[in-house]
Amino acid sequence: MRRRSRNVSLAALALGWLVCNVASAQETIRVGSKSFTENFILGEIIAQVAEQVGEAPVDRNMGLGATAIAFEALKAGEIDIYPEYTGTISFTILNDGNVTGVDAIREQLAGSGVTISDSIGFSNTSALAVTTAVAEQLDLRTISDLKRHSELTGAFGPGYLDRPDGWPGLQQAYGVTLADMRIIEHSLKYDAISQGEIDLIDVYTTDAKLQRFDLRILDDDLGFFADYQAVMFVREDFADRFPRTWQALREALVGGIDNARMSGMNAAVDLDGDSTPAVAAGFTGASSGATGDIRIWRDIAQHTVDHLYLVLVAVGLAVVAGIPLGVMAARLKTIGRAALVSVEVVQTIPSLALLVFMIPIFGIGQSPALVALFLYALLPIVRNTYIGIVGIDPQLIEMSRLLGLDRMQTLRRIELPLASMTIMAGVKTSAVITVGTATLAAFIGGGGYGTLIVRGLALNDNELILAGALPAAIMAMAFHAAFEMLDRVVVPRGLRISLGQAG
Amino acid sequence: MMISFDGVSRRFGTTAAVVDFSCEFASGKTHVLLGSSGCGKTTLLRMVLGLIDPDTGDVTVDGRKMQVSSRHELNDQMGYVVQEGGLFPHLSVRQNVTLGAEARGWTVERITERVNVLRNLVGFDDDMMDRFPVELSGGQRQRVSLMRALMTDPPILLLDEPLGSLDPMVRDDLQRQLKRIFQALGKTVLFVTHDIREAAFLGETITLMTDGQLVQHGAFSELAQNPASEFVTRFLRAQDMPANWKRYF
Repeated sequence: MRRRSRNVSLAALALGWLVCNVASAQETIRVGSKSFTENFILGEIIAQVAEQVGEAPVDRNMGLGATAIAFEALKAGEIDIYPEYTGTISFTILNDGNVTGVDAIREQLAGSGVTISDSIGFSNTSALAVTTAVAEQLDLRTISDLKRHSELTGAFGPGYLDRPDGWPGLQQAYGVTLADMRIIEHSLKYDAISQGEIDLIDVYTTDAKLQRFDLRILDDDLGFFADYQAVMFVREDFADRFPRTWQALREALVGGIDNARMSGMNAAVDLDGDSTPAVAAGFTGASSGATGDIRIWRDIAQHTVDHLYLVLVAVGLAVVAGIPLGVMAARLKTIGRAALVSVEVVQTIPSLALLVFMIPIFGIGQSPALVALFLYALLPIVRNTYIGIVGIDPQLIEMSRLLGLDRMQTLRRIELPLASMTIMAGVKTSAVITVGTATLAAFIGGGGYGTLIVRGLALNDNELILAGALPAAIMAMAFHAAFEMLDRVVVPRGLRISLGQAG
Repeated sequence: MMISFDGVSRRFGTTAAVVDFSCEFASGKTHVLLGSSGCGKTTLLRMVLGLIDPDTGDVTVDGRKMQVSSRHELNDQMGYVVQEGGLFPHLSVRQNVTLGAEARGWTVERITERVNVLRNLVGFDDDMMDRFPVELSGGQRQRVSLMRALMTDPPILLLDEPLGSLDPMVRDDLQRQLKRIFQALGKTVLFVTHDIREAAFLGETITLMTDGQLVQHGAFSELAQNPASEFVTRFLRAQDMPANWKRYF
């Protein structure tokens, strides 16, 4: 009976999740942003302007993990608008470096369901920077000068080493090579270069930290870097669905922010520690709502609920699917092994990549995050079930069958109880790992503690990062403890006594 | 229920486990399969249980051919006891004993009644019934295993070295107890051992085997007085030695 009611509650949980998703499909203005300060600020400005107009409720999906995630979300209609740059659209989205400039891009996008506004007024162009000290020591002024210094260590943001408008193109244009190239999170670059761990980083020309960390931008003497005009990347039907909002956004933003102003707003957030909403409000004139500690605590409570939900549903579904898969792997040689291998293959997909794969199918938000987390949660459960069952003394199975128990009875009364300790260890591992992995859900708007971490990274706010990371660690420990107790319910007493764990 | 082997052979890879074995084991008697380890006696037992098929020849139980594919039709007729007991470590003594009856859908009353009969038969206190196998001595475990094998009252009882891992005094006690039980129940018993004295004590017939082949089948007195070959004499004497060790000095 207990087992049945557990299944029912899981089913109810899954149903509730579906209902929530359907209910959230009402007409709202869904504003997105990528996960770096400037995009956060611009996204927040768009959201505040839209709120001031009041045409429709505004739903924020800030901190989407990468261009691919934000764009897929926009294309799928999961968000309506987010700030983007013309150069990124040319190279990363259209894959055509010849389509440059607002008009050409707009023409190229026509009919695709998405379009762009005119320039917001500033250009956040890519550049390479070194510390002033290194620049003077090595006499570095231009990117061409780098050809003399291939011994330098470079660190670049995620994706930079693969983007045609990033390192590969640069290498082709200038013929420069570096001995050591690493990938580093945007917000960590400046600390790393100022500590001398690395010599060269990619920067954006509106970065606030350029001045603070005393960096020198290397002159793009061959004119390689494309223009990166900031624009609003928006669904084509936006102007029809929210005409007043669109009007207000164009009035407020097109030509409204120059390089100096953007750089200043970035500095206010990155260097002075102002909150993104407060800085955005400085531009829009909106009241930025509750701030400070109260907001943080309220946020943590909400994120705890979201995070718990992600973990419980993902691991719950993984248990429901994983144990039968593990049994199958133990029973059916070919199909079972194939299932085991495919679960293992899923595990090798980098989590961010898996999240990106989910977007065309499930959009952004909780659903794709749950599916991805579910897939990651499977392996420890499937494998431990498999190992637990394969490891049972065959004489016991033989005895069970001779006593007249059929295959199902043998599975239920003999195999699963005997494997229970191993299976529970798998579920425990799965839950603890999922608590950690679930922090990545924030990159696709899935909520949870990751939201604080992403925001903290974007705001260069260590306290905010800790506000996400610490509760996640505590939750992982809590899950571990809870499962230790659950062991006593699930694992038969006789087995615990045999293994010297009397209780 | 009679068990008979007719020209049975079985190989495992390059090893011949059983070679052209023919023998009949009469209903209601205690038969001992005797031989050193690896002589093929366990293979014969597993054929009766339908766990393996012979390569050639037939194994019949009560006139019906026993095969792996049709094992379930005849398994109800058999109880099985193995060395170390083969008890389920996660189940209590009571659960181990009643598992087969529960799978067959017996009522609680019928199960309770039968368990009480078996407890008295093997001399087991009721408060022992809720212990787990790990909390029992080797001898107690074998008695639980015997109760489990007898739970559904099968006409055939198969025992594979059931006392093999017990210390001599416990072994001696259990041998007496088993003999009493076998005589009381009148089942067809096939008892595998390598111990000549155990065989002589328990077996109404003894089937001596070596290298997968039948050497001699008959009562112990026949084997002792009319050995079929030099091997029989040597086998009996080899294990006889410790009791008469003074003769050799």
